[in-house]
Parts: sequence; C-alpha cells; structure tokens
Amino acid sequence: MRSLFRFHGGVKPATNKAASTSEPIVKAPLPRRLVVPLHQSIGGTPHPLVRAGQRVLKGELIGAADGNVSSAVHAPTSGLVTAVEPALMAHPSGLTMLSVIIEPDGEERWAELDRLNYKSTPPDELRDFVRDAGIVGLGGAVFPTHLKMNPGREGRTRTLVLNGAECEPFITCDDMLMRERAAGIVKGTAILRHLLQADEVLIGIEDNKPEAVAAMQTAVRAEGESMEVVAIPTRYPAGGAKQLIRVLTGIEVPHGRRSTDFGVQCFNVGTAYAVFEALTCGHPLISRIVTVAGNVDRPRNYEVLIGTPMSDVVRLSGQRTDTTRYLMGGPMMGMRMPGFDVPVVKATNCILVASDALFPPPPPEQACIRCGECAHACPADLQPFELYWFSRAKNFGKAQEYHLFDCIECGCCAYVCPSHIPLVDYYRFSKSEIWARERDKSASDQARERFEFRNFRQEREKEEKAAKLAAKAAETRAKLATEPAVDGAAATPAADAAEDPKKALIAAALARAQAQRAAAQPKNTENLSAETQAEIAQIEARRRTAGSAPAADPAPAGTAASAPDTQP
Amino acid sequence: MIHSPYIRKPASVQRVMGTVLVALLPGLAAYVWQFGAGILVNLALGSVAAIAIEALVMRLRKRPVALAVGDLSAVVTAWLVVLSIPPIVPWWITLLAVIISIGAAKHLYGGLGQNPFNPAMVAFCALIVAYPALMSQWPGAGQLDFAAQLDLILGGARQPDGITAATALDALRTGMRSGASVGTVFSGNSAFGMAGGRGWEWVAAGYALGGLILLGTRVITWHLPAAFIAMLAVVSGLFWLIDPTQHASPLFHLASGGAMLAAFFIVTDPVSGATTPRGKLIFAAGIALIAWLIRSFGAYPDGIAFGVLLMNICVPLIDMKTQPPVFGHRGGHS
Amino acid sequence: MLSALLVMTGIAIVLGAALGYAAIRFKVEGDPLVEKIDAILPQTQCGQCGYPGCKPYAEAIAQGAAEINQCPPGGEEGIRKLADLLGREFKPLSEEHGVEKPKSVAVIDEQTCIGCTLCIQACPVDAIVGAAKQMHTVVDKLCTGCELCVAPCPVDCITMTPIPETVENWKWKYPVVELRRVA
Repeated sequence: MRSLFRFHGGVKPATNKAASTSEPIVKAPLPRRLVVPLHQSIGGTPHPLVRAGQRVLKGELIGAADGNVSSAVHAPTSGLVTAVEPALMAHPSGLTMLSVIIEPDGEERWAELDRLNYKSTPPDELRDFVRDAGIVGLGGAVFPTHLKMNPGREGRTRTLVLNGAECEPFITCDDMLMRERAAGIVKGTAILRHLLQADEVLIGIEDNKPEAVAAMQTAVRAEGESMEVVAIPTRYPAGGAKQLIRVLTGIEVPHGRRSTDFGVQCFNVGTAYAVFEALTCGHPLISRIVTVAGNVDRPRNYEVLIGTPMSDVVRLSGQRTDTTRYLMGGPMMGMRMPGFDVPVVKATNCILVASDALFPPPPPEQACIRCGECAHACPADLQPFELYWFSRAKNFGKAQEYHLFDCIECGCCAYVCPSHIPLVDYYRFSKSEIWARERDKSASDQARERFEFRNFRQEREKEEKAAKLAAKAAETRAKLATEPAVDGAAATPAADAAEDPKKALIAAALARAQAQRAAAQPKNTENLSAETQAEIAQIEARRRTAGSAPAADPAPAGTAASAPDTQP
Repeated sequence: MIHSPYIRKPASVQRVMGTVLVALLPGLAAYVWQFGAGILVNLALGSVAAIAIEALVMRLRKRPVALAVGDLSAVVTAWLVVLSIPPIVPWWITLLAVIISIGAAKHLYGGLGQNPFNPAMVAFCALIVAYPALMSQWPGAGQLDFAAQLDLILGGARQPDGITAATALDALRTGMRSGASVGTVFSGNSAFGMAGGRGWEWVAAGYALGGLILLGTRVITWHLPAAFIAMLAVVSGLFWLIDPTQHASPLFHLASGGAMLAAFFIVTDPVSGATTPRGKLIFAAGIALIAWLIRSFGAYPDGIAFGVLLMNICVPLIDMKTQPPVFGHRGGHS
Repeated sequence: MLSALLVMTGIAIVLGAALGYAAIRFKVEGDPLVEKIDAILPQTQCGQCGYPGCKPYAEAIAQGAAEINQCPPGGEEGIRKLADLLGREFKPLSEEHGVEKPKSVAVIDEQTCIGCTLCIQACPVDAIVGAAKQMHTVVDKLCTGCELCVAPCPVDCITMTPIPETVENWKWKYPVVELRRVA
C-alpha cells in the first residue's frame, strides 16, 4: 500500500454522483446546428480556415492553432458551413466569440485521417500532431496538452499523475469513461509516458468510485503496463491538479511554477483518452463525455459533439420545468451560462441543470466575524478572510502580498462561510482587476517609451538637418570663394543653393504624386457618389494650394472638409 | 448575480453564536448553584438591553435590523459582559455595560466584525475605572438569598457592607500587601476554597466544560485556550516554585477570577483576536502574561480585561507577522 | 547642571552626525516624485492637461504649478491616486480640460484616407503606419486614444472607437452587497 499525503483543508459536500452512473454513456444524436467556437483553449484564438457556404467533412480542420500556445479546432461532423460569425459563448460574461456554424448533412463522412505510430515518431512531431488534433486538458482548464508533453529540464519526469479523482459533486464523466473505456485511457497514458520519459505512473481515483478503480486496474493488467492505480480519500478538491500531486507524491507545486520543474506532470483521464483516439484512430478532438445532472429526470453521461447546443443534450435527460439556468461544471466551481443554447465546448465536463429549489440563492451576506472557518477549509493554505477584506477594500497590492493568485477558486471558503459571503466572487473580481491594471500598466509603459523615443528621434532629425544645412552652406561658401569670376547675376541662385534643390525636389515630388494619383484615382473613387466625388475634387484643390504653401494650418482645411457632411 | 459555489454548508453566524450561548450554560448553572439566582436577573436585563440597543443602533445606521438582532451576537456580548461583572451590581450598571460594549465598542467601529477591541472587555474596563467600589462587590458563596440580591440589583447603589466578602484574588492581594505569606492568607479567610475562590472553582469548572463543547463543535480551536492556560500556569508555576510563600499556585490562578471564562469565551472572540495559528498562541499567551502580572503586582485584583485590550492592539501586527506558509511556498516563506 | 548640559550637547552632536551620515549614505537620486506622478498618469500624451505630454505635466504637478485634476484620460481614479500620493485634497475633474470617456482607439477609414501623413506626424506614440500617398492605418495595440490625430486629418477619416468588451478583457464585477433587500 502506497503511503499517501494530505492536503490542508477541503470539504465534503454531498457527492450526488449515483444517479448519473446508473446508465452507460450514450451518443447524443446529431443536432440540427452546430456552433463551434474557435477559441476553446487557453492561448491564442485559432483563425478560421473555412468560409460560409463551404462544405466540411467530419474531423476537418476549421481553425488552425495560432502560434504554439493555442490549439486547433475541427468540424465535429460533415455538413455545410452556414456562417462564420460571433455567437454566444459558454462563458459567464455573456459575450460572443467568433464561431463556425455548421449545418450537419447527416452523412458523418470523415475527412482523411492521419494516424501516427508514437514509438517511431520524433517527440516534436508528436507534439505538433497533438496540437493539430486540438487536444486540450479535458478536466475543465483546457490548457493545450501539447505544451505539457515536455519532460522537465533533466529530460525525464519522475512521476506522471493521471487525474481520475473527479472530486466535484454531480460530475461523473471521468468515472464513466474509466469504467467503459479504461483500455483507451491506459493506452493514451502509455503515449504520454513515452513522451515525458516518466519513471512511474500513478492513476489517482477517489475511493468513492470503486468500479472505476477496478476497471482501470484490470485494463492496466490487460495492457501489461506498469502503472499504479491509487484510490485516494474522497475529499473536495482532491481532483485539483496541485492537490492530487500533493496527495500522491507529497510535492507541492507553487503558483506560477511548472510541475515538470518538480519532476511531476498531471493529465486528466479524458485527455489521455483523447490522445489515444488522436494517435491510434486519427480522430481529432471533436466530441467529449458530458454529464447531464441536476434538475433533470434521468441524469446520465453523453458523448456529445463539440458545438452541440446545451439544451439539445439536456432535453435527452428530461429537463424539468422549473429550470432556471445551466451551469457548466459542478456546483463548487461551475460557471453560470448566459443562455440555454450555448454550445458544448471542450471545457464542458458537466451541464448542471439548476433550479431555485436545487440551488437556492444564498441567504443574505453578513459581516465577516473572522471565525477562521475559511482558513480551515482552504486547500491552498491561504487566509481567505484576509483576502476578502483586502479585495473588498480594493487593496489589490495587499491581496497579492497575501498570495491571492495561489487561490484556485475551488469555493471551499464560501462553502463553509457562516456569514454567507460570496468570497470567491471577491477573489475573481480582484484577480481580473489586477490583470486589467497590469495590461494598462504595460500599455502605458510602452506608450511612454514610444513617446520618449519619438521625441528623441525628432530631436535627432532636427540636428541632422541642421548639420546637413551647415555643411552645404560651407560647401557653397567654399565654391564661391574658388569661383570669383562668376558675375553677380549668377551669384544669387548660388547663394540660394541651400534651398533651391529642395524646392525643385518638392515640385518634382508633387508632379510625381499627382501623376500617380491620377493613375490610381479610378481604383477607389469610381463607385462613389457625386457628392463624395465633389468632395474629393475640393480636397485635391486644397491640396494643390497647400502644396505651394506647405506651412498652411491644417485646421481650416479640416473644417472645410467636414462641411459637406452637414448638407442635407 | 450568483456565481459558484452554488451549494453551502448549513452554517450561519446565528448558529455559531447560539453554540456559544449553549456552551455558557454549564458555567451559568454552577454560578446560580453557588451564588444564587441574582445573576439571572442581570443576565435577562442585559440580554433585553443588548437586543434593544443593537436594533436602535442598526436603525440609526440605516442597516437591516432583523438580520443583526437575529444573529445573536449582541446577546453573546451581553452575557459575557454580565458574567464578567459582579452579579449584584445595580441594574443601571448592567445597562451601562451593555451600552458601552455594544453601542460604543462595537458599533462605533462599524458593527459586527469591525471592532478592534473585545466589546465585553471594553465595558468591563470602563466600569471598573469609573465605579471601582460597585465593581468590586462580589458576594460570597451562598451568602445572599435571592431577595437580598434582587434588592441590591433593583434598589440602586448601596453599600452591602458586611454581606459581601472580598474575593479570593482580592483577599490575596490585600493579604500580601500587609506582609503575610500565602499560606497564612489562605488559612485565615473563608473566601478561599479547595482550589481557587470558594464557589468560583465550580463556576470555573463549568466554563471549562462549556469550553469543551466549543472545541467539540469547532467553534473555537485549541490554540487560544491552550496557550492562555499554559502561559498562566507556567508563569505562575515558575514563581510559585521559587517562593511559594509569596506567590499563589498555578491551580489557584487558573481556578479563580475570570481565568476559565477568559480562556474559553473571552480570548476566543474571533473578531478582535488574532487569527493565524501561531498568532493565536502569541495573543493568548500575551493576555495570560499581562493578567498574571497585574494580579501579582498591579493595582487591580484581576487583569484579564486589561490584558485582552492590550493584546487587541497588537493583533494586526501579530497577524501580519505570523501568516502561515501558503501551499507550495513552504520553507522559503517567513 | 554642567553635566546635564554636556550630556545634552553630546547627544545632539552624536545624533546630528548620525543624521548627516544618513543623508549622505541614503541620498535619493533624481526626483522620484516626478517619476511617481508620471507612473500614475495614463501616458496617452494627449496634451489635454495643457502640457506637451505626461512627463511635463508630472513635472508641473511636482512643482505645484498644475492642479491634479487636469487629466481626463486618467479620470477620477487617476486623480484619487495623485491625491493619495501627494497628500492633496481630491478634486473633481476640471471641466475645461475635458471629460472622462470610455477607452477608445483611433480607426482610420481606409476608403477615405488620402495618405497625407498629417496624422502620422501628430501621433505622439508612432502608432500610425503608412507613407505619403499610401493608405494609413492605426496599430490599435499601440494607440493610446489621445485623439491628437483626429483634428489634423483633412478628410475627417479618423474616428475614435471605444474598445469593445471581449472574453479576454472582460472583468468580474464587484460583488453587490445587498443590504437594503433584507432591511
């Protein structure tokens, strides 16, 4: 028996997992319309590769990864792209994001599939393959998986942790995946192990999922792999990556550091399965297991195509009439969805159907009495009430000093708070304020730098010009001195020589520009109204006068140009 | 707009405060048994006054009244302050105590959760400075019947000479001043019981029992009472070992005065106290040290209230300097 | 009496020496106040304050020549920060210097632009690219929203567009404390 470690704090809410594990995973039927957001991972937004009206095949790349910190997006089924437009996101902000809208043709015709033998492929190529297969962390964080497939500095990883803990109440998608597709998970884990050069593999599963533990143990034996399935005590948030690593290895990975620096890497079981699917079957990430639970008649797990409207999936489970909203994720960390039709995305592990009876609004917020319950429950060993006081007072500097960014927003503090304070909301507020300030700060630093450089440049140009003029004047003087024979009439232009070539240059440039303009004009003015044509003529006229008097104040010109706008 | 978490443990401030009230009952029962039911009159008076003042101040501050009264925090403050002062003080002393603690020490600083000082102890200190005579009249065990107590409480300020005896701490202090040794003071005075003051040792035991309830229900952690008791025992024990004729035993110190009430109910006030584990140890130990110093060398028979206020001042510094290490930052962090 | 005087004098000499040494040892270079003020200013370089850029305004504030409420882009929050830093009284934004607007960037209507380069010359942070007779465009990541390019444009093709809210710059709102609801 492996000796396990403890993490501080944590809570034990009712798990509510039994209802959705009584039935096997079932494929959700093809919806009428798929809305596939392009941005489904941490990092850059993939750029669309398809246009409205184009036909796509199942698994065809529709959004290419934007740089290395990004992940590709694929068509979940074959059909017609009806639009590439902003659509409501599965995000609490209620904002829209560029999405590819596909009308399925029902044929489910696959695009040409690429398979890879991972043992004979160089690691870099494997990582690119995983990026282009659109694989991201399916535990909910959607961090691009290929970025995590690097061994640490020493070229080896001590421990590869597979996260099957699934500690949030209601969610059972990983549980069901492990029960039904353990072999695939183990094969995917073997691939990850190969890439990370991991010495040992630990599969952590909370001990309230004995079926999953058994299934995984059987699969590990059947595949002949040396991996250890470890049942860990059920305590939320044991499934947080940092907490799970701590429980299994005793290592604490601080905020802002990579776990590979400590010789550990952690993947979700769903991610391992997706890696297996991509490499062995050639299927990019176009579907995932989603738990539908909460205020429904038949809670269950579905295999859902990315882009399926959430309401389509919930309907299969029998949504009850008093439903008020959907939550994406569990009751501890789930995000409130801005509508019922938002699409299932790669981050959607659970659609929790909420009603006021199931999740009643919290009692009114009372004063913090510093009772310390939150500190007792915090799995990051923070002093949540201190962070609350600082966040409430918008004292962001202090909040950061007290390690605000080590907060994983697990919700334990708010869960136990006797004063019913929405603590996590205060932390989210503080964090996004701090991020905004950092953005503003770097923008203003950049602006200051550019402004100072511009001033410096103007200064330098002025000096260079002065130096040039002085040199030219000296040259002319020297010339005049060596050519005393020239008569008085000729001397006048020579004295002006410093400016004369400049004037000639201006005239030449003006002529050239006019010629160029005349040639270019039809290009962007032919479709304009007569009024605008007249306006342009007016501008051209002014330009000519301005050309002869370059110092003319542009302000009156501006007012003149705006005059036609005021005419009816 | 409500965001995650969407589920909550059935906990509330009301439940916390209610547990504290329940935990006070064993001590209160012992109190009534040993010293008569007079304390109940003052307790009832204090509770009603506390609710009235809380409601009035909340209304003046244009804050929700029902929520504040319902959280029972005012009643807890009232009970603690009434249990800290003599049970036979005139009714207006009780009223004054509640006004000072809730009206001034709590709401002037912004209400529940905002007060830097322990409200009950602020009231106690204010009154012992303002009315030293009335605040020092403690009845001996079984000395006054209920009618006499009622008469003293409702009859106004009178000197109940000859009926009250000096408390054990008081008697010890006076005895030591006159040059007697601890042994002679103890043997010559009926105020001393088996361990502490006669009768008070039972009340102390009752409070300690209540303290176990608080520990069991996790309303308080072990740090504060343990550090308080340990510090009081260690420092008094040290001097007792050096010279038992000049210093009372640790057992006497723990069983007399408000030591047990303080250990489990006063220093454990979360609002004005330290909150970090190490900070709690320092905070409670500091109170015990100051209390012992004042008991042994000061002008007042007991010094817990002053100790609490003095340590309250240090709380922000203590908390700042004792922040526990954060996940992943152990070792390098101070 | 004499010894007391001597002791006091001795203390004065020792302390004086210590202070003098500290003044040399911990001498502060430059004028950090101007830097601190400049760090608070939004660096739009828009000149609405009446000074040619943020730094000159910061210098003017430091010298007491300018009020702290002349910076519309910094807004009320900026004034509060300046008031905190300088220990001065908060004042509402001075109206003659402008009003606080949502953060915007300049956008050039590429159909109308005649390529006159006047905006390029006006831009204090070189955020406009283009050449003479060529269409210009604003690098919106660099644009500070100072509006200095708007007036010089002879064809009025530059408009200020507020920065839209996206998932990237969306912010969680301050939790609302519903006190009155239960009152």
